Amino acid sequence: MSASSVQAERPVSDLAARRKREAQRRRLTVAGLRLGLGVAILAGWEITTRLGWVDAFFWSQPSAVAAKLWLWLTQGTDLGPLWEQVLVTMEETVGGFVVGSILGVIFGVALGRSRLLSDVLGPYIKGANAIPRVVVGALFAVALGLDIRSKIATAAVLVFFVVFFNAFQGVREVDRNLIANARILGAGDRLLTTEILIPSALSWIVASLHTSFGLALVGAVVGELFGATAGLGELIYAAKNNFDTAGVFAGMALLAAMALVAEAFITALENRLIKWRPPVATETRI
Amino acid sequence: MTPAIELRGVTKRFLTPSGGVYTALRDLNMTVEPGEFCAVVGPTGCGKSTTLALISGLEPASEGEVDVFGSPVKGIADGIGYVFQADAVFPWKTVLENVAAGPRYRGVSNSDARERALDWISRVGLSGFEDRFPYQLSGGMRKRVALAQSLINGPRILLMDEPFSALDVQTRSLMENELLALWAASSASVVFVTHDLEEAISLSDRVFVITAGPGTVKSNYKVDLPRPRNVAEIRFQPRFAEIYEEIWKDLKDEVLVSYERQKRSGAA
Repeated sequence: MSASSVQAERPVSDLAARRKREAQRRRLTVAGLRLGLGVAILAGWEITTRLGWVDAFFWSQPSAVAAKLWLWLTQGTDLGPLWEQVLVTMEETVGGFVVGSILGVIFGVALGRSRLLSDVLGPYIKGANAIPRVVVGALFAVALGLDIRSKIATAAVLVFFVVFFNAFQGVREVDRNLIANARILGAGDRLLTTEILIPSALSWIVASLHTSFGLALVGAVVGELFGATAGLGELIYAAKNNFDTAGVFAGMALLAAMALVAEAFITALENRLIKWRPPVATETRI
Repeated sequence: MTPAIELRGVTKRFLTPSGGVYTALRDLNMTVEPGEFCAVVGPTGCGKSTTLALISGLEPASEGEVDVFGSPVKGIADGIGYVFQADAVFPWKTVLENVAAGPRYRGVSNSDARERALDWISRVGLSGFEDRFPYQLSGGMRKRVALAQSLINGPRILLMDEPFSALDVQTRSLMENELLALWAASSASVVFVTHDLEEAISLSDRVFVITAGPGTVKSNYKVDLPRPRNVAEIRFQPRFAEIYEEIWKDLKDEVLVSYERQKRSGAA
């Protein structure tokens, strides 16, 4: 109405527009720098190997890795079509991830609920956790054979401990008030577990899934290294035996791509499972 | 008539983490009539909340007897509602699921629980917010959810532990008036713990003053102010000031004792 209110409004909309432009510029800068860094690393690698400063036989070079990937893609690998190798490793990883997560949640919740159980089993679990766990892959390769079961078992062992400790901690740190409230409202022991303890521990458990999927992949690949007939780990192992470093790098690139795709799925799962949490600022997330 | 709540010679001790024994309540006697609105005031750390835990059955008494409607309390009984000081609504449930929790836990079918919950949500003025999660609500709205969650079970006894202490002054007096309206429509006895004497007098029929810990009842006062009350205005009545002065004389000494102790232990 008055002159002052009109005056007060214009700077506000200006400010909003300016902020928006600034944010857009920042996004472009970040994207540009990201791309630039990637190009610089690959170009540096390619150039130094071409000039002979770094030995391409030992360290390979991006063009050779790309050529290898193209060859695998179009003509298949020594072990068979590329998609089959990816699928095998994916199966082992997902299998180990699912088995390990389910066992981890069950044991974590059970021990978190029962003081006696956690006192009795505690030292054993800590002891088992202290073993460098990838070595169990060797045991499983002998005991379960060279097929998918030994890889799933190795991956599951790696996943289990991460999920277990998070589930245990999550159950232990449930807000006492929530438990008291549920009991007053009429919840018995079983409802207390399903309605309060598990939902409350879920954010801990889900947070651990990001780490544990990576570990499941480690388990699957290590399992393949101990002996396998197919899979990306076996592909890398075979390439290593032929001194084919381009093949090793190509296998690594495929594993990284797989992990990134899985990460996107887990983030989507996380958003579904814990939609009751206030959205966190995404700025600091990588 | 059987009193709604009777505590006789109740003592409550806790083990401290360092292995010592801490006496929260000592030889406490308290009687609450059916339908009575009682306030419990006392200095910080005098065991006010412990009293509620004993009545609800969340904690057993170390000595003495706790009776609810004539029968001794053994574990959590039916017919008790409890509104906690901190937010105790379930953060992963929507408003509707939170309010429906009580009936569902007691075996009411999902559709009936839902229907009753919708009714209570509208009674506490939260219609339209059924699908929100607690983090999307203000502090006052979360308290309304907590109230509906307790009242939907039709408690004969409603225990409230400084329920409004985290709210701003305006929201608080609105909530106090609504609590009185909801209580008047029910026949429940209320035990309302607070450290705010004004709040205690404006809400209740009777005020218990608890001593500095270990807590015991120092005195109890009948509040003979007329009902229905408007808590925002009742404070201006001359009779309110008289009652306030009388109780404050009692309470002041206890507050001072507690304050001195805190200062000495370096907590103040």
